[in-house]
Amino acid sequence: MMTASQRRAEYRALFKHNVGGRLVVDKIMMGVVFSCVIIAIIPLGSILLEVFKNGIGALSVEFLTQPPGAIGSGEGGIGPAIQGTLIIIGMSSLIGVPIGIMSGVFMAEFGANKLARTVRFFNDVFMEFPSIVLGIYAFLAIVLVLGHFSLWAGAFALSLIMFPIVARTTEESLKMVPMTYREAGMALGIKKWAVTIRVIIAAAKGGMITGILLAIARIGGETAPLIMTVLGSSQFFAGFDTPMDALPLRVWRLSLLPYDSAQMQGWGAALVLIMIILAINIGVRYYFSAKNKKGNPITRLLRGRVK
Amino acid sequence: MTTVVNFKQDIATTSQDKPIFSDERKYKMIAEDVSVYYDDIIAVKKVTMKFKDRSVTSLIGPSGCGKTTFLRCLNRMHDMTKSARVEGKILLDGEDLYSKSVDPIYHRRKVGMVFQKPNPFPTMTIYDNVSAGLRLNGVRDRKILDEIVEDSLKMAYLWDEVKNNLKKPAMELSGGQQQRLCIARALAIQPEVLLMDEPASALDPIATQKIEETISHLAKEFTIIIVTHNMQQAVRVSDYTAFMYLGDLIEFDETKKLFTQPKNELTAKYVQGQFG
Repeated sequence: MMTASQRRAEYRALFKHNVGGRLVVDKIMMGVVFSCVIIAIIPLGSILLEVFKNGIGALSVEFLTQPPGAIGSGEGGIGPAIQGTLIIIGMSSLIGVPIGIMSGVFMAEFGANKLARTVRFFNDVFMEFPSIVLGIYAFLAIVLVLGHFSLWAGAFALSLIMFPIVARTTEESLKMVPMTYREAGMALGIKKWAVTIRVIIAAAKGGMITGILLAIARIGGETAPLIMTVLGSSQFFAGFDTPMDALPLRVWRLSLLPYDSAQMQGWGAALVLIMIILAINIGVRYYFSAKNKKGNPITRLLRGRVK
Repeated sequence: MTTVVNFKQDIATTSQDKPIFSDERKYKMIAEDVSVYYDDIIAVKKVTMKFKDRSVTSLIGPSGCGKTTFLRCLNRMHDMTKSARVEGKILLDGEDLYSKSVDPIYHRRKVGMVFQKPNPFPTMTIYDNVSAGLRLNGVRDRKILDEIVEDSLKMAYLWDEVKNNLKKPAMELSGGQQQRLCIARALAIQPEVLLMDEPASALDPIATQKIEETISHLAKEFTIIIVTHNMQQAVRVSDYTAFMYLGDLIEFDETKKLFTQPKNELTAKYVQGQFG
């Protein structure tokens, strides 16, 4: 019969003792993780570099403000496309963000029932839909019904891409807020909607903003649904009911042309698109961090969270 | 200005109406045959308890005995837990909390709660935390808010430490201060009953002592029900103590009697520290 201390000594003897070997494994793992990061960053870096290198030459005041010139002339610019992209992002956000936030709040705060599970399931399916399918749907539902291509149809198609993303990220951010804050609110006799808005959403704001920015970046680069809905145009904004140009559309059309000048303008348009998305990202984050400079652990955490 | 004066008078008259320490204190809250189920598991078994007005009652018992579960019934906190089901009656001033016609929100305003871990609202300042229950329930008058915030923070013994920093984020306070802030927040809605779920378990001895002082002081105006793991704390702060074990209420008596002459063998063993 072994004594307890003998048994403990035996347990200790079972541990591996090759500390040197384990340090080597530790170093190898670090190396593997680090190289994976590098491998992931290389394509991103090279894309940015390539776009920058090829596109910077096309940039000029004329390029940014003028409508396209004659095909192949290398004259004119992408003014209408920039305008169109900004308008479409704005319109889609106005439709998609409120719907997305509200469905996210519903799934997170009122989500313990069959309806919410169904909504969540379809939301997830929706998120994986090929965007061309949503474009065709908008084409059938709006373009064919109205009889012409329009900004409305484009905004509708893109908002369909946007709201499932916003809904899902809103839900996830709200779920990260500890239950105990909801309980504290309820215990004060505050109505559930007021607790949700003033306490829970306030705490989850950072994560929700990240979700909205992700969705904006995603729709900013969508091309396929726009072909089916806003069609493209070389005119400046003339009404929500008319076809309109957008940067991804312009990039796509320019890249198909067999002229060097058009190719260069295409790179320029791509660079402008990236800059716009980047500017929206930085601008929105700066606005919210300036408003809440000190912040609190949760919003700071969520703000730093990048998917 | 008149409203401010009225508010103070209200408190003064109610405290005069009912003599503070006498045996004629009426029952503020009565729990009758309360059972709680989580899905099929029974957590609290037909507990009946009466809580006198302006008394402090401690709920003690080993972990998992159902004290917290029972406490949470008293302001319908289980409404938020999908799997929980409550049976029985809980009367507050004779009105059943669980009757279909009662909106739990109305009762929660009368029954304040302080949780085990300090949980001040993370995005709010100290001032906003204390006034949250009022503001989000429709109180707009700045003067009244200022007055109640000061009054509540004083009752929670936090005023002197924060009076110059009311606009500071609540999360920058220490753990003990945060807990007293939560007490102030609960008091600000002018509850009649205060539920406390191990309010000092996450705190050091000095902060604990401050919370206990607060409790004794508050007992003059509120009915307090406190869950605690600390038997000395139960002796120090409470008039009545209930001992629960595996979901049953084993013994419920005046604190002195329960600790010195327990009627039940199990209670005797527990209070002597023989198991827990």
